[in-house]
Amino acid sequence: MLAGAARLERRARADLGVSRLPDALGHFGRYGGRYVPETLMSPLIELERAYAAARRDPKFHARLRRLSRDYAGRPTPLYEAARLTERGGGARIYLKREDLCHTGAHKINNVLGQGLLAQRMKKRRLIAETGAGQHGVATATVAALLGLECDVYMGSEDIERQSLNVFRMRLLGARVIPVESGSRTLKDAVNEALRDWVTNVRTTYYLLGSALGPHPYPMMVRDFHSVIGREVKRQFRAATGRLPDHLLACVGGGSNAIGLFHPFIADRAVRIVGVEAGGHGIATGQHGASLSAGRVGVLHGSMSYLLQNDDGQVAVAHSISAGLDYPGVGPELAYYKDTGRFEFVSVTDEEALAAFQSLARLEGIMPALESAHAVAHAMKLAKSLSRRHHMVVGLSGRGDKDVQVVSKALGS
Amino acid sequence: MTRLAKTFEALRARRGRALVPYFTAGDPSLADTRRLVIEAARRGADVVEIGIPFSDPLADGPVIQRAAQRALAAGVTLPRVLELARDLRGEVAIPLVFLTYYNPVLAFGLKAFARSAADAGADGVIVADLPPEEAGPLSDETSAAGLDLIHLVAPTSTPARMRLIARRSRGFVYVVSLTGVTGVRDALAPDLVTQLRALRLITTRPICVGFGISTPEHVRAVAPYADGVIVGSAVVRLIEQHAGTSRLLEEVGRFIASMKAPLQEGE
Ligand SMILES: Cc1ncc(COP(=O)(O)O)c(C=O)c1O
Repeated sequence: MLAGAARLERRARADLGVSRLPDALGHFGRYGGRYVPETLMSPLIELERAYAAARRDPKFHARLRRLSRDYAGRPTPLYEAARLTERGGGARIYLKREDLCHTGAHKINNVLGQGLLAQRMKKRRLIAETGAGQHGVATATVAALLGLECDVYMGSEDIERQSLNVFRMRLLGARVIPVESGSRTLKDAVNEALRDWVTNVRTTYYLLGSALGPHPYPMMVRDFHSVIGREVKRQFRAATGRLPDHLLACVGGGSNAIGLFHPFIADRAVRIVGVEAGGHGIATGQHGASLSAGRVGVLHGSMSYLLQNDDGQVAVAHSISAGLDYPGVGPELAYYKDTGRFEFVSVTDEEALAAFQSLARLEGIMPALESAHAVAHAMKLAKSLSRRHHMVVGLSGRGDKDVQVVSKALGS
Repeated sequence: MTRLAKTFEALRARRGRALVPYFTAGDPSLADTRRLVIEAARRGADVVEIGIPFSDPLADGPVIQRAAQRALAAGVTLPRVLELARDLRGEVAIPLVFLTYYNPVLAFGLKAFARSAADAGADGVIVADLPPEEAGPLSDETSAAGLDLIHLVAPTSTPARMRLIARRSRGFVYVVSLTGVTGVRDALAPDLVTQLRALRLITTRPICVGFGISTPEHVRAVAPYADGVIVGSAVVRLIEQHAGTSRLLEEVGRFIASMKAPLQEGE
């Protein structure tokens, strides 16, 4: 009986990919931490404790595992994209199909975990920020599933770009609150969500949507998404008997990327590449490539790379994909950039659009524009590599939400 | 003894309380902020807080957010706010305290900031998103430069955190009166007095209360339990209403005098 419980706990811990980083105060080297108003410090510590308790509770894991399977559709397939591979004429490309998750993106992994945590903490109301609307839809979904109230902050600029997702959130019973401050995109939505949380912290759970923000969010979000990388490891081994040579994922705040990458960090032979939004090109200054072109700074509660001017004012990011249109990035990615374990590159709007079309025509898969960034770089990289080389691309979401944006960009 | 310590000691000696108005530097212009601070000192302000604007002020409500946006649009930068402080130091004798967020300070350089601020004649700094756990590096520099790094206590702070913050805070302890962001409020938080009493049992440092304090009645209600009262959004809102008119100084000056009245000695 006791041995059984211990085994369950071990399995539970393995499920969440528990690792040594961050340290007790939420630091990944110099990054991360908790740079927040004092009002949020005790609530963050309380959240950290509640999460630690949930992590030790086999019932929590069992429930999360069951919902991930029966509700979200896990495990998602690992698909060998033969025609895409052929087009590249080089390395073999596999797609991790997070686009097949319930609600259409990887975001559901995190909201199920945090939603169950909010319920354990007896919070009645969820708040969230959203850029592309995917995290907002996912949060609204889990709120409906668990019978919680839900308010989603969304920049008014993004509300325009992603009207389909706005409607979906409303259908799911959430309130979408337009954010008119600053650049009216994701960064301002995070500000507003944090302001709401500062005000209603006793009753409200802030369900942050990427691997950023103050500790324990980067750790928690990483743990809930690590299921992506763990499945890839198992599936890839089953298919080929070995590990992939390359992993690629797009990086907005970094949640799908760290989820795919984290279980492979110790596997030194696996090369890990994050793909940022190059927007109109790094040289134009209009992009979302914080790791490639930013400097160390503090935004939204943690230290990381940040797009900013010389005076420490946060820059407005640009990307054709709302989900990558963010001037910061999660602290764990910053840490592994500095150690050299992860590499970061960027892909322009135009290249992402081309990859969106290629994947649609060659494989019958319309990727989210965010994910199309990773596909674009994979196609570039594959050309220079041999057929014996295997790469796995995190296909973080599906492109239905982007059809209007793509149609406008293609002038059709 | 620092200028802040002297100010609070002198006030305590005559049973007075400090009025601490807040101005966002450069709202509507740096020249206006200069005139406003001088007027505030003339009308009874004991300490002045000068906000260094930041693009993403997540502890601020709409009023101060708009002020920061106006200031940034007017081209205000941290070096220019330091110049303003240097200029003001020649004009007023009261302590000047910067209020900002961590990123502009980090971008300027912690050591450079602490030295330049002290050199300009500033007395303290409050960093809204820098709790004591993360404040080590800045605190080393401000201590070396002789600048007071002021920490905040919130309604959600546990007793253990209140002790930690009171111990680390220099100059005074800033009590956030409510669970929320800055902004004008109709009523004070119901448990504020309990919170202030609890803090008094923990520390002998001066205590200043801010967030939401907007009327002389609010001031009167908290005065018995604190060493000073910080008034932010109510001042900034007046500036917003009267910016660009000839009545700006008079309106703000009169409001400051009305807020100071309940804090006079013997009251
Ligand atoms: C499909 C998809 N991929 C990626 C992202 C970027 O977020 P992250 O970097 O946290 O994975 C988003 C964000 O909205 C998204 O919707």
